[in-house]
Amino acid sequence: MPLLEVEDLRTYFKTREGEVHAVDGVSFEVEEGSVLGIVGESGCGKSVTSLSIMGLVQSPGRVVSGSIRFEGRELTTMSDKALEDVRGMQISMIFQDPMTSLNPTLTIGTQITETIRRHLGLSKAEADKRAIQLLEEVHIPDAARRMRDYPHRFSGGMRQRVMIAMALSCNPKLLIADEPTTALDVTVQAGVLETLDELRRDHGMTMIIISHNMGVIAETAEQVLVMYAGQIVEQASVIDLFDRPEHPYTEALLGSLPHIDDHDPRNDRLATIPGRPPDLLVPPEACRFAPRCKYAGIDDCSKVQPELREIRTGHWVRSRHPASERSAEPVGAR
Amino acid sequence: MSTPDQQSTTNGGSSQSGEPLLVVQNLKKWFPIKKGILIDRTVDHVKAVDDVSFEIYPGKTLGLVGESGSGKSTTGYCVLELLKPTSGSVRFLGEELTTMKKEDLRRMRREMQIVFQDPYASLNPRMTVGDIVGEPLLVHKVGNRARRRKTVQELLEVVGFNPDFVNRYPHEFSGGQRQRIGIARALALNPRLIVCDEPVSALDVSIQAQILNLLKDLQGEFGLTYLFVAHDLAVVRTMSDDIAVMNKGKIVEAGPAERVYTQPQDEYTKALLAAVPVPDPHRMRERKEERRKHKHALAESI
Repeated sequence: MPLLEVEDLRTYFKTREGEVHAVDGVSFEVEEGSVLGIVGESGCGKSVTSLSIMGLVQSPGRVVSGSIRFEGRELTTMSDKALEDVRGMQISMIFQDPMTSLNPTLTIGTQITETIRRHLGLSKAEADKRAIQLLEEVHIPDAARRMRDYPHRFSGGMRQRVMIAMALSCNPKLLIADEPTTALDVTVQAGVLETLDELRRDHGMTMIIISHNMGVIAETAEQVLVMYAGQIVEQASVIDLFDRPEHPYTEALLGSLPHIDDHDPRNDRLATIPGRPPDLLVPPEACRFAPRCKYAGIDDCSKVQPELREIRTGHWVRSRHPASERSAEPVGAR
Repeated sequence: MSTPDQQSTTNGGSSQSGEPLLVVQNLKKWFPIKKGILIDRTVDHVKAVDDVSFEIYPGKTLGLVGESGSGKSTTGYCVLELLKPTSGSVRFLGEELTTMKKEDLRRMRREMQIVFQDPYASLNPRMTVGDIVGEPLLVHKVGNRARRRKTVQELLEVVGFNPDFVNRYPHEFSGGQRQRIGIARALALNPRLIVCDEPVSALDVSIQAQILNLLKDLQGEFGLTYLFVAHDLAVVRTMSDDIAVMNKGKIVEAGPAERVYTQPQDEYTKALLAAVPVPDPHRMRERKEERRKHKHALAESI
């Protein structure tokens, strides 16, 4: 049995203009001990997916339908009290911005031990000991002394390390990291990602890492979901996805990236994706990428929604024109 | 840029003739740290920019790359005299800017403009697109009303916008479109130099590519010179003829882009390049090895 099973998840947000279909029929599984990467651009629904799993979707948003099973237990219908225990003990989450996720008026020590005592029922002395051990594990130098410091005394990278320590405090089975290094400098990012990887191995933890950065996904994930306009458009192992991307969107996204080791890119133009993602107030019945897709013809693309189908073992794609089935040249020259 | 190992590359490298457009020498920007309640005394300085020198030739791009706090944006602001440098010289079009009188500086400002990072914060929400783009023309009293309106429409077209959008407001547009408005505004006075301060870091990848291409096209079309300030090493690479890497207020390495990226000399540059995650899972192990090798050059701040 997979550790986490998400089935046909739909999370909508009520607005004055109508309901925004932020997550619109997302299904996936996460095997125990694996790392799943979710990649996509802003507004594709990757963060809302993770918030839905955590039961943290705030009004005016709500999980409209679908099922989220963790170790076989349904989370969407669970009582708040029971969910709170799952959240602290079994599933933890770290967020993008370590600056705003910590309470500026409490010491780091107080904030970590609070979580430990709440969930594990340890005494103050025991909790302190555990907290120091956790801070050491995420490589915060001089951990015992730094317990008494307030968040403003920590740099961005160190704050994110504190957040990771808190997330790990109850030995969760699943860690969801939502853009964990987006706010950090690139050299700090490398260090934090390395620590995350090390902890995951040591604790046999399952992880979902959400990022807009293809490089971060390539280096951390084993399985990857590519999301676009509230849906999964491609799913594959990390190697297969980067070696043989199938969906025109994934291809275009990878094509539009500048690279540090391009040879003399100065006079080259980058590939672009024309247009913008569709309005999720009234998601089109057709393929959601069709208006921006250079392979979309006057065929069914603009009429019927393609299904997510397995194009080869373990590689799923939601397109009528995946790379390996393409015989025709792009329609028109965009 | 003059560097010890200057070499010419085949395409638009550092081979140039004539006078540089911008010469920056020993530029310093120190911010005082003050203490005391009644009597302020300066106890120390934050050396945001500390003895920075470079040149840019007409039509070229210098990429100024570094992490947060390295002083790269401060350098850009000092070049435009938006911040008063503590010391050093900024010569633009052969004239010294740091000692220039206000009126003269104002005249020079027509020739040098800036594109900001955040297209959400840098456009006045109460002004129409036409007013935003046309404001520099108004401030510098260029042409009459009808002429200005015409120019604004032309500018919008240049950045790939529908010229009929003049009466719309910024909130009607996405981040990428707003950045186009910001670029049109920067172009309004037909400047020689544009400082691009993280122009794409708030944008999604696919939109980022559109804006970078636009900046490249405009450079070709109008012979613009760019000081391109950014933290993303891949973005800087694709835009720049020359690169200067900044760390803690100093330029630690500079040279033609190709050379700096393929044969970095400085230990910090090596560590910075090694830290960039590359979208190729096959190279993960090799990259991690690189990182370990150069880790000593970095001290993660605590």
